[in-house]
Amino acid sequence: METFLVSFTFIIMSAIRIQTPLTIGALGGMFSEKSGVVNIAIEGLMLTGAFMAVVVSYVTGNAFFGVLGGVAAGTALSFVHALVSIRYKGNQTISGTAINILAASMTVYLMRLIFKTEGITPPVTKLPAWGIGNFSFNPVVYLSFLLVPVSWFVIYKTRFGLHIRAVGEHPQAADTMGIKVEKVRYLAVMISGALSGLAGSYLSLGDGDTFQRNMTSGRGFMALAVLIIGKWHPISIFIAAFLFALADAFQISIATVINIPNQITAMIPYVVTLIVLAGLIGKSVAPAAVGKPYNKGER
Amino acid sequence: MGKALEMKGITKGFPGVIANDDVWLEAEKGQILAIVGENGAGKSTLMSILYGHYQPDQGEIFINGKKELIDSPKRAIELGIGMVFQHFMLVPTLSVYENIILGLEPVRGLAIDRQEAIEKCDEVVKQYGLDIDVTQKVGELPLGIQQRVEIIKALYRKAEILILDEPTAVLTPKETQELFTTMKELTNQGKTIIFITHKLDEVMAVSDRITVLRKGKTVGTVKKTETSKEELAQIMVGRKVVLRVDKKDKDPGETVVVVKQLCVEGKRRSGELKNLSFEIRRGEILGIAGIEGNGQTELLEVLTGLKKPKSGSVEVCGSTVSGKTPREIRERKIIHIPEDRHKRGLILNFTVQENLIAGIHYKKRFATRHGFLKDAAVSSNADELIQRFDIRGGGKQVSAGSLSGGNQQKIIIAREFNQEHEFLIASQPTRGVDVGAIEFIHQKILESRENGKAVLLISADLNEVMSLSDRIAVLFEGEFAGVIEAKDATEMKLGLMMSGVGGSLEGEGGGRNVTDS
Amino acid sequence: MSQIAKKFEGVLTAATSVMMALLIGSIVLLVSGINPIAAYKALMFGAFGNLRNLFDTLGRATPIIFTGLAIGFAFRGGMFNIGAEGQLAAGALCAAIVGYALKVPMIIHLPVSIMAGMAGGMAWAAIPAVLRAKKGVHEVISTIMMNYVAIHLGGFMIEKLRTNEMPQTPDVLPTARLLKVSEISQAIKNTNLNLGFVIAVVCAVVLFIVINKTVFGYELRAMGFSPLAAEDAGISINKKIITVMLLSGMLAGLAGTERVLGVHRTYLSGISTNYGFEGIAVALLAKNNPVGIIFSAILFGALSSGGQYMSFETNASVDIVGIIQGLIILFAAISQAGEFMNFKRLFQSGKTTLPKAGEENVKGGK
Repeated sequence: METFLVSFTFIIMSAIRIQTPLTIGALGGMFSEKSGVVNIAIEGLMLTGAFMAVVVSYVTGNAFFGVLGGVAAGTALSFVHALVSIRYKGNQTISGTAINILAASMTVYLMRLIFKTEGITPPVTKLPAWGIGNFSFNPVVYLSFLLVPVSWFVIYKTRFGLHIRAVGEHPQAADTMGIKVEKVRYLAVMISGALSGLAGSYLSLGDGDTFQRNMTSGRGFMALAVLIIGKWHPISIFIAAFLFALADAFQISIATVINIPNQITAMIPYVVTLIVLAGLIGKSVAPAAVGKPYNKGER
Repeated sequence: MGKALEMKGITKGFPGVIANDDVWLEAEKGQILAIVGENGAGKSTLMSILYGHYQPDQGEIFINGKKELIDSPKRAIELGIGMVFQHFMLVPTLSVYENIILGLEPVRGLAIDRQEAIEKCDEVVKQYGLDIDVTQKVGELPLGIQQRVEIIKALYRKAEILILDEPTAVLTPKETQELFTTMKELTNQGKTIIFITHKLDEVMAVSDRITVLRKGKTVGTVKKTETSKEELAQIMVGRKVVLRVDKKDKDPGETVVVVKQLCVEGKRRSGELKNLSFEIRRGEILGIAGIEGNGQTELLEVLTGLKKPKSGSVEVCGSTVSGKTPREIRERKIIHIPEDRHKRGLILNFTVQENLIAGIHYKKRFATRHGFLKDAAVSSNADELIQRFDIRGGGKQVSAGSLSGGNQQKIIIAREFNQEHEFLIASQPTRGVDVGAIEFIHQKILESRENGKAVLLISADLNEVMSLSDRIAVLFEGEFAGVIEAKDATEMKLGLMMSGVGGSLEGEGGGRNVTDS
Repeated sequence: MSQIAKKFEGVLTAATSVMMALLIGSIVLLVSGINPIAAYKALMFGAFGNLRNLFDTLGRATPIIFTGLAIGFAFRGGMFNIGAEGQLAAGALCAAIVGYALKVPMIIHLPVSIMAGMAGGMAWAAIPAVLRAKKGVHEVISTIMMNYVAIHLGGFMIEKLRTNEMPQTPDVLPTARLLKVSEISQAIKNTNLNLGFVIAVVCAVVLFIVINKTVFGYELRAMGFSPLAAEDAGISINKKIITVMLLSGMLAGLAGTERVLGVHRTYLSGISTNYGFEGIAVALLAKNNPVGIIFSAILFGALSSGGQYMSFETNASVDIVGIIQGLIILFAAISQAGEFMNFKRLFQSGKTTLPKAGEENVKGGK
């Protein structure tokens, strides 16, 4: 019984950690998509944020500055996506894919340049753990919890949030009411970049203390799946993220207990995602104008 | 009372088109000015300029005697101009009050002050007697109510000049009357209304003065009291217009189409078909009138195989057709003109030539046994049809999307009539089509009738329905509100049925039967 | 715009995207203290400088031709197949297993192994296909998930089947191998160009004919442009979605087959890396035209081959190639949307046939 309780707590604690980048990434994606811009670049933005966080931590010796660096990097790169999607009306899925490719190469390129390695950076100052005894997590974890109600408030209670929702569902209507559609979308995309960067910082400075090439390994796409399963709503996003984190934590634990090869258990989160998506769609409705560039002349 | 609005010498061009050519316009305060003209006359562009969406290349605008530069919708709103668009500019997932306050939200601290917003909206609602629950989601409201929301939006922003763009397109006759009452009430309170329409009856009913636009130019301004519908039609088109169609007496043959107890799920409650039954004979046109959204789309979808009915059946020439695929239905000699040529009727990115074989592209005529297209046959087919149906716009190799609406419709007509058929379904066949093409399309429909085919005509244009049909059934909320012989039909009778009032001549209650008497 | 003008405009757009990307790439190089001209010179030589390099370029282009075709074909039908990487891996695995497990003469073994690869790719695309057709699940997410499952499944199979300390499946028998150039010519060593290249080009040509000259292609393009109108014209959308995804998966499976039977002769981890995304770039640049994809894939092969050489000869690291590739995609996306670097206007014939006032204007029409 005691071992069960211990493993149970262990799983919950792991889940709390694992959900962090998923929740934060998905919330970021929510801002972008609610305003009408598809953002599949969460993966690349996370990776960039993870890298820059390590760089800044390396240079300043301070992990908090590192996190800020990660956020800034994510915001800056997302601006490129915003530019291509909004100003130049390029296909948003393709732009997102390009950002992912760019980020993967760019981070390794810079890693060689700055750290003279190509696999893993030297360790840097990481984030502290706050809490009591075993229940301690780094600040970003707590932040992920906080961001859920904050996001909810922004989207559903503030003027900016109302504008985002209007622009994502019916940009022409918003335009006729004097709302600057493009400006709202730029801001929303950059918020998603900031949050993705934050999620990335968690991975490099919170979970570990280095950056490795491709360290996000699909978590950005998992965040996207969480966004869809969470029906673009902060609370459901958090629940979905937590459930996936539980599945993942569970998978890691049983791999040691039961004799299933770890490659098979590693598949579990992805398969579970597919199953949930299959059962769910038909009731999951994206913002109506998502993915379509806004053309003023169209009515 | 003074001029609320003057537009002087407005000229606006786009690549290849001069939409407004030296247009002059003025509206007196407290009056209703109607702007009439055909599709493409320049009405929408002019209003877009007034609303700050576009800038005129030349010309000036005066509000209450003062020259103003309207460079954005925001500026137009500041100047007291409110616009109610034909295609509603409402966000369906937001509530009424959220739509109204959008851009002007009252705040308390960091959040929107919901309480105050609702109160302020209710105030406006009461002042103009518009009776709405502002907390409902807009997407769930009927179209007539949605339009009221649009009006409240403008009044909330203290609009003094209201522009209504084709407001009655989606309203029942009853709702139209209510709108007119509201308009009179607003002018009594000193508002100026500009009312854009191409429906001359309404112009004569409610306006004080009328400005006529044709091909981008102002061709006349008259007082309502000094003109007539016929005169207006003539000024609009530039020649005498025949408002009725010549039709031989009907001589119907055997029954071809039998629809029994058709029940179909609708996109909204009002579109759900409930136990619909009717028959059509050879050489007969059954016209289905009614405001869009009362089941026409659903009926069309079932008849063309895009949807399966919940229950009931459709038989054509003796064989069951309901539940079959679109291809199977076409194989059974049933052709159709879809109600939305952009959505269903044409592949806009395909060339004219490619569109002319859509639906029959796999047949022996155009494809070999192994699945290769016969380029020569496709090409000569296009040449022939373009000539026969007078399709203009650049030849068979241009993309269909670059043609005008009338010519696009002709592509569809050419393609369909190029097939042998026993049953023709024409849905909104002349919507957004210029007068010349309308006559042509009507002719073709009558030809089918002359040739002994069964024709189903679904149209929201009462004139069209009345002039072409032999019998007319009115769809209201998924059922037939009434069926009458065309020769007994009047606009008033049909209008009443379209709003759910009035009975049929045959039976009452649910499941009205539309069979030949 | 005539057909020829359209093609030329397409090439011009692609060329401009590449130029812009190389420009930005040179700035990155400069900032890192590397002479871009020397670097690009090395790149060019590494790509086309001699016969061996040329063959190397073509060899690297081969898998990308396959994945580019897979993605371009799906995209013509309106679908985003981001799962080429997973389908490649699945195809590779199947080809590798059949390649070592069957003991039959080459005349049977080789075609059967190839077919196994095709089937593997197809099977891997089947799940996203059905999910999309029946449940409306967007294929972007489902194919990406399948990618990760494939990678782990591959790792698992390696563990199960390996015969020695090398983390890979047993070697493919000689009867199932695609002939490599380096195996016939003494002069050309160290390149992976093999018979698979010929198969890739043949596939491209076949696909071109199918898309433009057949009923199937007509229906595919119709569905890609306007699924609703295509449905009204009697085209069965659900059936087509599945068919297209399966064929797309098959092509990606062929990429994996070539990798296994023509290059590595075994399945090892990492065999599929990046080919999926490079396929996207290549398809985009060629505007999903099969013949164009041959050329854009060769371009990417050139970047890859040249990049490797460049990293030996200069201080530039090979990742600059990945950066340039990402930039090419960005610029291609921008220029194809028409707002910037729009060459279409240059090619439109004198009089544009736009409606006059009084006629229905398409944009304002209802």
